[in-house]
Amino acid sequence: MTAILEMQGITKTFPGVRALSDVNLSVREGEIHAICGENGAGKSTLMKVLSGVYPHGSYEGEILYDGKPARFRDIRDSEHAGIVIIHQELALVPLLSVAENLFLGNEVASGGVINWPLAYQKTEALLRKVGLTEAPTTKVEKLGVGKQQLVEIAKALAKNVRLLILDEPTAALQENDSQKLLDLMLELKDQGVTQIIISHKLNEIRRVADRVTVIRDGSTVSTLDRSEITEDRIIRDMVGRDMAHRYPDRTPRIGEVLMEVRNWSVMHPDQPRQVIRDVSMTVRKGEIVGIAGLMGSGRTEFAMSLFGRSYGRDIRGEVTLAGARPDLSTVSRAIDAGLAYVTEDRKVLGLILDEPILRNISLANLEGIAKGAVLSRGREQQVAERYRKAMNIRTPSVFQRVVNLSGGNQQKVVLSKWLFTDPKVLILDEPTRGIDVGAKFEIYNIMNDLAGQGHGVVMISSEMPELLGMCDRIYVMNEGRIAGELTRDQASQERIMALILQDGMKGEAA
Amino acid sequence: MSTADANKPAAATGIGAHLGSHLRENGMMLALVAIVLFFFVIVRAVQGVDFLSAQNITNLFLQNSYVIIMALGMLLVIVAGHIDLSVGSVAAFTGAVASMLLVKMQLPMLVVVPMVLVVGGLIGAAQGYWIAYWRIPSFIVTLAGMLVFRGLTLWLLGGQNIGPFEKSFQSLSTGFIPDLFGPDKPNFTALILVAVAAAAIVWAGIRGRAREAEFGIAPEPSGFFWARNAVVVIALLFVGWKLASFRGLPNVLLIMSVLIVLYAFFTESTTTGRRIYALGGNEKAAKLSGIKTERLVFFTFVNMGVLASLAGMIVTARLNSATPKAGVGFELDVIAAVFIGGASMAGGSGRIIGVVVGALIMGVMNNGMSIMGIGIDYQQVIKGLVLLAAVIFDVYNKTKQG
Repeated sequence: MTAILEMQGITKTFPGVRALSDVNLSVREGEIHAICGENGAGKSTLMKVLSGVYPHGSYEGEILYDGKPARFRDIRDSEHAGIVIIHQELALVPLLSVAENLFLGNEVASGGVINWPLAYQKTEALLRKVGLTEAPTTKVEKLGVGKQQLVEIAKALAKNVRLLILDEPTAALQENDSQKLLDLMLELKDQGVTQIIISHKLNEIRRVADRVTVIRDGSTVSTLDRSEITEDRIIRDMVGRDMAHRYPDRTPRIGEVLMEVRNWSVMHPDQPRQVIRDVSMTVRKGEIVGIAGLMGSGRTEFAMSLFGRSYGRDIRGEVTLAGARPDLSTVSRAIDAGLAYVTEDRKVLGLILDEPILRNISLANLEGIAKGAVLSRGREQQVAERYRKAMNIRTPSVFQRVVNLSGGNQQKVVLSKWLFTDPKVLILDEPTRGIDVGAKFEIYNIMNDLAGQGHGVVMISSEMPELLGMCDRIYVMNEGRIAGELTRDQASQERIMALILQDGMKGEAA
Repeated sequence: MSTADANKPAAATGIGAHLGSHLRENGMMLALVAIVLFFFVIVRAVQGVDFLSAQNITNLFLQNSYVIIMALGMLLVIVAGHIDLSVGSVAAFTGAVASMLLVKMQLPMLVVVPMVLVVGGLIGAAQGYWIAYWRIPSFIVTLAGMLVFRGLTLWLLGGQNIGPFEKSFQSLSTGFIPDLFGPDKPNFTALILVAVAAAAIVWAGIRGRAREAEFGIAPEPSGFFWARNAVVVIALLFVGWKLASFRGLPNVLLIMSVLIVLYAFFTESTTTGRRIYALGGNEKAAKLSGIKTERLVFFTFVNMGVLASLAGMIVTARLNSATPKAGVGFELDVIAAVFIGGASMAGGSGRIIGVVVGALIMGVMNNGMSIMGIGIDYQQVIKGLVLLAAVIFDVYNKTKQG
């Protein structure tokens, strides 16, 4: 097989940062080629170089496409050559129809007048290719994320794609949608479409990829053939060290009960149904308690309703915190009572991205840096510096805007913000989502330290290995109920899944 | 995956960083100085008039005080992520209310002024309520307010002008602080006040630097600090000297200066001020950090209403009558001043000092172009282009910084 694409010695620098150095990538005609690497390793940058987002001349090295040097000036240029990239964030216009989206900028028109019948006919044909039966006039917003992803692919097909690049295509998809997408990728491969997939999910890569290129710190580490693809090998190449110790050691020193929730029930904010039913749980001093469950099991809703009634209505139940019955009716009261909640989505709910680190850290406890109502900026900076050291936030200065930090460092800023409120119990919702393996390890260490200092830590996570590796006790939630409770010794992935399934059957029987 | 994060340039440090992060404010100040000098030279050459005459400087403040006063409130509204289109109509309406109370009901000024400020606050509350607690877009609520209060002004005045007013109310705008040292020129009270203000600015600057040093914050390079302060002090003393040799300090200048200092302090150094910025930067995150976002939005509109009514009274006092057409188009001048001053449409950023400089730039241009006899047609075109240029400059800077 001949190579459709050769990227040779690609080096791309930004002021102060060398994002790619001497990267080589060779993709054969008709294969599915996976690219793996930690966050920040340079995968997306490489794809932006390829697709002309960073035009020729802004990087060093050579791109050979079909054996000929390619010098793309912009995305249009690369699309002309048949290279289409589908980004993580979908680029569809929600209020336009599927047909309008498919031919956006590429309309089926003569002399500026759109030929709708022909456009719809073509749309139907393209949709059939990706396995969709929706009418071409359906508005994109009516489709789920999975189907939108397929529309994106149909859009690429409309452009006569030869090399399709998918940047973490399944990151936002449910399991069965992911499977459909992977099937479609294999189908397209049979039709001769060469594909590059960027993914974190190693099981998916094993399923579809013919070869894998691993990138670390902006350089190519290895290119593996199908027979060499194993999870261990990829992780080792990605991280550059053995992953035997994915979770830091800790000797738990567990004290008395710190927080107890009894019979917590919450109604959906605008639908007449109960989202949380009779949830009871305890958190002890120095304990890390996990909450497992599938998407939509009510974990986040439970935490947010507890935290100043930030979710739901008709909230009922009792809470005892450090021996007292705290007033948790507003967020500021919950904070005063010693509760902290680190949100699942740190960019949307946790941080003010355009503001500097120090202002984000002080946000939830401005009283802590003020005399009366007057802020002390010096004190604010001292506090920020303290957490920068304690948390190992990697930044040239605490005046750096958080938008410029990596995911892991952003998460450390959020954690700093909440630690500065001096909480007794911290609820961490998906604390390691979207951050790379190295930073995850640091976040685990911070959690262990917090528990060691006598805080109660609640960890909500969809990654079962992480819960099993970190938690002293795990509650399993399903459909808004506690389906069971497992101690560290009892817990295993199988038992967690079994509890969820058994509870589901109970729910159906009832 | 987020290579984009890693690709961002690391922040530069030292003088470069300082200039970069303060480029806009210093640039705006320089632009103001340049515009003033430009008019000084051109007006002298073409008209043979002194642009920086005592009388014209006095005029500049009298003409622009109301824009600056309303811009202080508008900054808070815009920082919170909203807009208030009704301020011109509210100023006209509250001016009309003041004239009714003063002329028709013969109430004394000391009763009328607080009453009208309360009316302004209530108007702000009425609009802020829908915006803050019902989440109706501020653009729509205040667009409605703009129509409603313009209509109510017409109704209240019956299409007539109401005036004139007693001296005490007029002095709100056209009065001057009396010279305690007798009527001789120059006015010593004015000179002393200006000198004290200049000294206070320098002192606050030095103290701030000392405190920053104490906390280990890399301070502004000292040459830079002194150069900037020298420009400010010289400008201030020059203006003070000119005013003192004419009629002294206008009352309205004093009101305005006090408000500027108060709002600068409020926005930069108080917990509530900081929370407004947080709310504008990311409302959801602010809310989940325990900030009562609805209450703050409500507050910014009440505050805006109070300042609009103060401006309304000043304008009415200056014209010595309440007129149905008062305040038409004020909202545009005010909003333009805030954006020229560097606030972001998306909320979360903007400083009082920038807004003041932005309003002065607009004011100096109005005044200078009028003296030069440039028609209102060209004036509007030029002002529009200046607004556009200032915002383009901002956006360009931001993309360059990444």
